[in-house]
Amino acid sequence: MAAEGNAKPAKKLNLKENYALLTRGLGWEPSYEKKEDIFRTVDFEGVVIHDWDKWEDPFRLTMDAYWKYQGEKERKLYAIVDAFQQHNGQFNVTDARYVQALKVFINGITELEYDSHRGFNMLAREFPGVGPRIAAQMQSLDELRHATTQIHTISQYAKYFTGMNEFPYQFDRVWYLSIPKSFFEDAVTSGPFEFIVAISFAFEYVLTNLAFMPWMSGAAFNGDMATVSFGFSAQSDEARHMTLGIEVIKFLLEQDPANVPLVQKWIDKWFWRGYRLLSLLATMMDYMLPKRVMAWNEAWEIYYEQNGGALFADLARYGIKPPKRAPETIAEKGHVAHQMWSVFYANRDAVGFQMWLPSDEEMAWMSEKYPDTFDQFYRPRYEYWKAQEAAGTPFKNSTLPQLCQVCQWPCLFTESGDPTTLSLRESEYQGQTFHMCSDGCKDIFDDTPEKYVHAWLPVHQIYQGNCFLPGVDPTAPDFNPMYEALRYMGIKPGVDNGDFKGSADATNWEKWTSRPANIHEGAYTDAVRDTASTADVTARKAG
Amino acid sequence: MATTSTQPVFIALQANNDTLPIIDAIRQDNPNAIVHDYPAMVKIDCPGRLVIRRETVEEHLGRDFDLREIQINMISIAGNVDESDDEFVLEWKTH
Repeated sequence: MAAEGNAKPAKKLNLKENYALLTRGLGWEPSYEKKEDIFRTVDFEGVVIHDWDKWEDPFRLTMDAYWKYQGEKERKLYAIVDAFQQHNGQFNVTDARYVQALKVFINGITELEYDSHRGFNMLAREFPGVGPRIAAQMQSLDELRHATTQIHTISQYAKYFTGMNEFPYQFDRVWYLSIPKSFFEDAVTSGPFEFIVAISFAFEYVLTNLAFMPWMSGAAFNGDMATVSFGFSAQSDEARHMTLGIEVIKFLLEQDPANVPLVQKWIDKWFWRGYRLLSLLATMMDYMLPKRVMAWNEAWEIYYEQNGGALFADLARYGIKPPKRAPETIAEKGHVAHQMWSVFYANRDAVGFQMWLPSDEEMAWMSEKYPDTFDQFYRPRYEYWKAQEAAGTPFKNSTLPQLCQVCQWPCLFTESGDPTTLSLRESEYQGQTFHMCSDGCKDIFDDTPEKYVHAWLPVHQIYQGNCFLPGVDPTAPDFNPMYEALRYMGIKPGVDNGDFKGSADATNWEKWTSRPANIHEGAYTDAVRDTASTADVTARKAG
Repeated sequence: MATTSTQPVFIALQANNDTLPIIDAIRQDNPNAIVHDYPAMVKIDCPGRLVIRRETVEEHLGRDFDLREIQINMISIAGNVDESDDEFVLEWKTH
């Protein structure tokens, strides 16, 4: 050991030197294979790259530091998940309506993390530059971590509540889950540059703050310590992904002016695709959080109008303009949550979670938050539906809605300037007519119709008879197409769907917690411990 | 490096005991920063540029600090990032 003791200690490298050695220093020039045979997809989109070494991760995160910090994040997260499970945390959330939002999350969002893992694996393989390849490898691992931590966390809820135990099966079959599925499959079947602009920039940098900041903060506010912990743990990776997004954009724009129109086209497309997907968050924030942190329109103002405005002001020096359809998103911000909730409510027998009409307290909050839209357009609708429920003739859709060929949402949105007229668009392609929900989706269809005509639209497929389990006989006298289509989708009719009041989740919640399943409506069952005097309770029950 | 932009950059951190000294350091080094408290989360907006200095965090924390430790508790950021051993900077370059 004496020899080592006498050796002069090596000079500690600074962050930039260390990063250079552990990224570009690990790359090599191929000698016995041609570059174009190794990197097969990097040219076909028409992007021009002169020098891949100009790309640098501003965090200068190297693999050794990555494992160290990710390990620490996992230890922190699983300590909380363990504590949550050991202390029956699933019963400490505000009420059982909140749990319905987790069903949307596990069935519709977690699979996107896995798809993203696959997408970034491909980028790590296909990009010739060492810096972006390493960043893509890290992100691929991050996304796998997000999928597994979400599944682990929500599995505790799945032991007690309906509708969360078939998520991979449902993701491929449930009609409205084709909205997130088709979004990501559109991205992952693009070229590598379109994929990274779509996911890292348009989705992660510009839009996902809306999912992981106000919504997760709302989860914390409603007592869900497990969900907020996986959410913020994931988001700590997301901050790095967002940085990858903006660095990629700057890199593409600085490499060659020929890239500018391509990048602008992808920003316009994927901002709109991502916005349409994330509108789901609008309804989750405004309707599914019993205690609310902020309304969707406020979140859109902070995270898109203000922060997106700063971002696009910065990118103006490259000749990049704000997304073409951004004005529509601002015009819709007072409507989208309400329109979406109405469609889910009307179709509550065909979804995998339970629905309710907003309480008086919630409608008062919406009147305050949406003074220009709620009382005029949406309160009357809810009050009419409440009266119908009270009269024993609740309103329900008995047919499935028309879907948009591009985003696959039902065509439920209205014209920007007229919230009483549905927005419907059509395009002809090879003698057939295709239907879109908006100008934004029509732009996308018209640019590459040959891609979108292949869309597997679940409602069309159900009506064509392609969504029944083996052995089901559509000619049988007692054949019920809705019931059979739900069984095919992995939804248990009468258990997973329908009205929240009277559902297994609501009834079990009151039995297990002695607290109301809906904090705004009082107890549905006698299982709720009543703290009022006996005379009051008797009088109320009689009344 | 000065910027002339006044567009807001931000950093959002988990609200926990690890981040208290970081938030104090940000307040000290960025007089224009505005700290918003939300459930479980702190969002700090600042016009044009926000800097987190390692030395200031170390003063508040009372131990050595590697700026990369911020990764553990960071929720989100807006702005161009530049990180060295001594400073973590978020910045918009133009108006």
